[in-house]
This record gives sequence, structure tokens and C-alpha cells, in this order.
Amino acid sequence: MLEIRNVCKTFNPGTINEKVALDDLSLKLEEGDFVTVIGGNGAGKSTMLNAIAGVWKPDSGQILIDGIDVTKMPEHKRAKFLGRVFQDPMLGTAAKMQIEENLALAMRRGKIRSLKWFITKEERISYRQKLAALGLGLEDRLKTKIGLLSGGQRQALTLLMASLKTPKLLLLDEHTAALDPKTAAKVLEITDKIVKENKLTTLMITHNMNNAIAYGNRLIMLSEGKIILDIKGEEKQHLTVESLLAKFYEASGDSFADDSALLG
Amino acid sequence: MNIGALINGLPGAVAQGLIWGIIAVGIYITYKILDIADLTVDGSLCTGGAVCIMMLLAGYGNTVSLIAALVAGMLTGVVTGFLNTAMGIPAILAGILTQLGLYSINLKIMENRANQPINANNYDLLVSLRNIKNVPFFENTIFIVMAITVVIVLLLYWFFGTEFGCTLRASGSNEAMCRAQGINVNLNRVVGLTISNGLVALAGGLLAQYQGFADVNMGRGAIVIGLAAVVIGDAIFGRLFNNFAFNLVAVSLGSIIYYLVLQVVIWRGLDAQMLKLLSAIIVAIFLAIPYVKNQYFKSVRNPKHHAEKGVKFNA
Ligand SMILES: Nc1ncnc2c1ncn2[C@@H]1O[C@H](COP(=O)(O)OP(=O)(O)O)[C@@H](O)[C@H]1O
Ligand SMILES: [Mg+2]
Repeated sequence: MLEIRNVCKTFNPGTINEKVALDDLSLKLEEGDFVTVIGGNGAGKSTMLNAIAGVWKPDSGQILIDGIDVTKMPEHKRAKFLGRVFQDPMLGTAAKMQIEENLALAMRRGKIRSLKWFITKEERISYRQKLAALGLGLEDRLKTKIGLLSGGQRQALTLLMASLKTPKLLLLDEHTAALDPKTAAKVLEITDKIVKENKLTTLMITHNMNNAIAYGNRLIMLSEGKIILDIKGEEKQHLTVESLLAKFYEASGDSFADDSALLG
Repeated sequence: MNIGALINGLPGAVAQGLIWGIIAVGIYITYKILDIADLTVDGSLCTGGAVCIMMLLAGYGNTVSLIAALVAGMLTGVVTGFLNTAMGIPAILAGILTQLGLYSINLKIMENRANQPINANNYDLLVSLRNIKNVPFFENTIFIVMAITVVIVLLLYWFFGTEFGCTLRASGSNEAMCRAQGINVNLNRVVGLTISNGLVALAGGLLAQYQGFADVNMGRGAIVIGLAAVVIGDAIFGRLFNNFAFNLVAVSLGSIIYYLVLQVVIWRGLDAQMLKLLSAIIVAIFLAIPYVKNQYFKSVRNPKHHAEKGVKFNA
């Protein structure tokens, strides 16, 4: 499904701000995998997702989605394979446009945008149903400008937009981090539902260890641009915070590494 | 200062306001929809005027000359778009570069003369200073420019309502979202600049015909006058209309109001040399209002403020 082969990325090479963000990183996901990603601040989690999304090109290495080498493909072309939700709720939706317009833009991801009139009646009906399923009362507000919605509502909409046109891979970058705990829990619940309903292969970065353990069938931990832990199958199912911490200390070889490095 | 002189000047002000309204609609596309300040217009306006007048002088018909002006303007937009997207030059600077280059090109188009007059007696002009009073209505410049404006507004309304047109609006609203949804933001920017400068040049052609000459300096400050029309239209009619076509009409009305106010100011005896300063001050004030409101008069009850900060559902 997704294959990252020996990807390296250094920011500001040759300057005092030089930063190796991805260090020969490799990762292979199977169809239907729901992988949670943890790691300290600056570990390279977002950089990994950005590499997959094509925000910039890696210095070396390859990225394959469903066997297709996308390493050189520009971001907007790669989008046809990907659904993305960002940490900042403002980033995923166009504030000046209506709810239905945002959905219709997402519905056409990966398709050529023609000079046909934008939103059809049938589309509107299906949007209404999908919005109703979110349970946020947005189904009667198709014409509302996105800018009037709350961060949680916008994040839920972004999730819906990411999955409207079923992506091969869903990329979630700490998409609940900017929300209050109650809203975050709700958005996470919607996430799980959408992932399960569409059987989406998913990479979800989270700063919450409990969530990383509770969701998905595989967990990876990044540190300094490398994967230092990769827990799957049975082992993942029986994972607890204690056993995860133990594995982390073992892997990092530093039994007094402070928790902030782990939790970000 | 007799009132008769003022009333006498009003039809002219309306005609000019309408022509500048088309320019302002072009500026609306870049400034409001794409969210970039495009300074190409100060050059492309004259390009349109120069191309139109030279074509007419060479014996071409009105329609062909105006279409040529439109196409020439679109090319200037392509150049700025190319500099901005393919060469990575910031939009403002890209516009300034094109504008400066156009100064030379415009002079060349006008065969090295800074001013090219056209005699309304010898040429069949579509619009003219002389056709605003005492002519049948279908020859009246006010009617003709109004009709052209309506056609342009309808075309733009259709275009920005299509699948592709909507991606242009999205590009100006949120680029990160656009890329994530597979929209080519760079292409859209070039397309927007192309349409915008095409319209500005078309209006340049009309303006040159109207005043009876093309002048190498006719576009100086066009961006400011266009923005003035946009902000006046928005301030007065912004709350009334919530429809794209009407927003464009509001821009055109804003431009007419601008020229009517100008007419009054001139009638009151203001030194004409001060007009540009006055325009600059008006636009500066209007552009500053939203910022100043936010910075110094932030109200707790402002719902938009809540929505942006809020992270709760149904806040
Ligand atoms: N666009 C960029 N320019 C320069 N440095 C960057 C950029 N993006 C990320 N970095 C740096 O790369 C490192 C990894 O960042 P990131 O992937 O965002 O970490 P996180 O794991 O917290 O998401 C950090 O040191 C960060 O400062
Ligand atoms: Mg991050």
C-alpha cells in the first residue's frame, strides 16, 4: 500500500540551522493498516507525513503508494491518493466558502475540474446525509460559510472531506491537538468511524499515548527522524502505557529519558 | 460654483465610473478572490488603450480592436503569473516588474509617442465623451458600457460558479487546503491574473476611446482607484448582497460613486493636482478599517472572533 524506502530529509543544509528531520527512514504499510505514530517534539512525525503528501521532495529515497512511485509527483497531483487532516483546524477548509462548496471541492479530488456548473442536486442530498451522520447538526447548514464554524466542527468537516472521495491513504497530523478534550474525543470517535466504514489505510500522529494505544492495529514511534519502535499484531492489542514506556526505555537505551520526549 | 455646472458634469462622471468599474471588477478578481495585490494593472490598462487606439488608427473595426486589447491584457497577466509561480517572485514584485516592462512596450505600441489621439469625427468609436448626452440611448456611452458590464458580470458569475472557477475562489481562501484537495494553486493564480488583466486592458481600450486618446501614463495609480471602487462598493453594498454577481455589481456601483464624489470635489474647487493624494488617503483609510477595528476595538461579542478561537462544537 504505502512504502517509504530510505527517505532522508535535511532542512537548511549547510547552515547553522541544519536539521536532519528524516534519517534513512523506511516504512511499509499493508492495505487496511491503521497505524498510530508517536514521538517527541521535532522527532520528524510531521516531516514524514509531509514527505508522503509531497509538500517537498525528499533529499533521497523513494515513496510508493500502491506500487506507484510518487517521489517526484507534485503535491496537488498526489492528492488523488490521499486524504489529509492537519493539526490546525483552519488549514483543512476554505473559510470564505460554504460548507457544501468545501465538500464539493473535496468530492472532485483527483478529477479534472471542468466548466460544468458546480454542485448538483443529487450531490446536495448525499452531503446532507453525510453531514447528518457526523451528528453535529450541520446538515441544515449547507450554505453556511465555513469561517463561522468552530474548530471542532471544521476538523470534523475536514475528516469528512478527506474521505468523501475514498483515499488510498489517510494522513492525520495531530488533528485533535488543537481541540478541547471533549471535542477531541468526539473528533477521534468520528475518525474511527470513518476509518472503519471505509476500511481506510491510515497514519495517525497523536501526542496522546492512550489514544495511540487504543486506536489502530499498529504503533510506531519516531525519534530523531528514525523509527525506534514498531509494534503490531497481538503485541499491539495487549499494549499498555506501562509496557509501551518499558519498550521505549529499552529502545532508546536511556532509562531516564524524560517523558516529554515521548509525549511531545 | 453654480449647481448647473455640477449637474452638467454628472453623466460624464457616471460614464467614467462605469468604465473604471470594469477595471475594478478585474482588480476584485485578484485582490478579493485570489487574495493578491496585482500591480500589473497600472501597465496593462495602458496596454489595452494603446492597442485599441493603434488598431483603430490602422483601420481595424471596433470589435477587433477591443478584442485585441483584451488579449494583450491577458498576455500581461500571463507574464506576471509566470514570474510569480514559475520563477518564485513574490506577486507584488512580479506585478511591478511587468508594469515597468510594459512602460517601454506601451511606448513601442504607440510608435514611440507618449500620447496617441484619435479623432472621433473620423473614426467610428464605440464610446466617446461626446456620446453621453443628446444621442439615441443605444449609442449612449453610458448605456453601452452598462451593457458590456452586465455581460462581463454574467460571464464571471457563470465562470466562478463552475467546477474549475470554484477552485480559483478556494485558492484565494486557503492554499494548503487546495493542494490537499488536488487543486493546482499555481495554475489558478495564472488564470486569475490573466482574466483580471484582460478585463483591465479591455476597459483601457474603452477608456482611451472615451477620452479620445491613449496615454502612456493613463494607468498610473489604476490599482488605487480600482481598490477604492472595491472598498466603497463593499462598504456600502457589502451587507446588502450575498451573491457573487451582485458583489461585482457593487464594485461597479462603487466606482460610479467614486467618480461622482470626485466630480463634487472638483466642483467645490479642489485643486485637481490633489486628487491622487485624496484617492490614496481614502483607500488607505478603508483598507485600515478592518485591522484597526480588530486591534483596538476588539469586542467580546464579535461572533466571528469566537468562531476563529473557539474549539467547541456549536460554540
Ligand atoms: N519547513 C521546515 N524548515 C525547517 N525545519 C523544519 C521544517 N519542518 C520541520 N523542520 C524541523 O524538522 C524537525 C522535525 O520536525 P517535525 O517533523 O515537524 O516534528 P514533529 O515530530 O514534532 O512533527 C524539527 O526540528 C523541525 O524544526
Ligand atoms: Mg508535528
